[in-house]
Amino acid sequence: MTWTLVFALAAGAYAFKFLGLVVVGDRVLPAALERCLALIPAALIAALIVKDTLSVGHHLVVDARAAGVGAAIVAAWRKAPVLAVIIIGASVTALLRAVS
Amino acid sequence: MISACVTLGLAVGVYAISFGVAAVSAGASTAQACAMSLLVFTGASQFSAVSVIAGGGTIGSALSGALLLSARNGVFGLANSRRLTGRLPTRLIAAQLTIDESTAMCAAQDDPVAQRAAFWITGGSVYVFWNIGTLIGAVAGGAINPKTFGLDVAIPAAFVAMIWPQLRTSRGRMAVLLGGGICLLSIPVLPIGLPILAASLAILLGIRRHEVAS
Repeated sequence: MTWTLVFALAAGAYAFKFLGLVVVGDRVLPAALERCLALIPAALIAALIVKDTLSVGHHLVVDARAAGVGAAIVAAWRKAPVLAVIIIGASVTALLRAVS
Repeated sequence: MISACVTLGLAVGVYAISFGVAAVSAGASTAQACAMSLLVFTGASQFSAVSVIAGGGTIGSALSGALLLSARNGVFGLANSRRLTGRLPTRLIAAQLTIDESTAMCAAQDDPVAQRAAFWITGGSVYVFWNIGTLIGAVAGGAINPKTFGLDVAIPAAFVAMIWPQLRTSRGRMAVLLGGGICLLSIPVLPIGLPILAASLAILLGIRRHEVAS
């Protein structure tokens, strides 16, 4: 581990964040592009859920995480608050791991 | 909403303990581990960089893999640029807090005031707990395994709650299905980090002008 890596990674990671938020800023964009940008959270959060729930590296696996996220989906569907959804998802997974 | 933001910060903070442990066992000093969390502040990139170094990889390979994982923050910043208006110094700080959790919590709110509050509270609490956790892990070692408490699922479960408002329109539902589907299909074949970026293709659904009746 070197300081070069720490600083190079810090600069690169900040550059990505800067590019999206500061360079584009609050410029008015074409309507079609605005409609596309509005879909970013839907598309990318769905992808993050899939990755965090069903993958280990390059492998797709169904384990205690899938049960926890399944319970979280039911809780969200039943209009539970965000905090409850988080706690239900984590507890179901922890319980399954404890008994298996 | 505030308690949910802070809870998410705490869950992520417990993960930072494992990052601190991983960084030190990969040969980083405590100062280097903490500097990484303060300056890089992108969990997936940090874990990836230290695991490549721990596995004997070069700095170049550690850097390229980690940067690939942080590229999605550029896309998130683009989405947030529509909601986080303000002066340049404010934006420069907001850029550093642009991560999965702050973006998702922001997008889950209905009105602009709540969106900005959710972004700053979530980003701020994750930043504080992420850095405290890193320090604890680097100094004290791995006393806690986050998986025992299901904390690895706290994050996707929070994302489930945050994605719910996106399901109100048919276009949002299609973007969720398509983004999740692209990620699922590409995990086995694309390099780590790319499936999330590939899922961005689903936003092209927005090109069509008319909202299909839901």
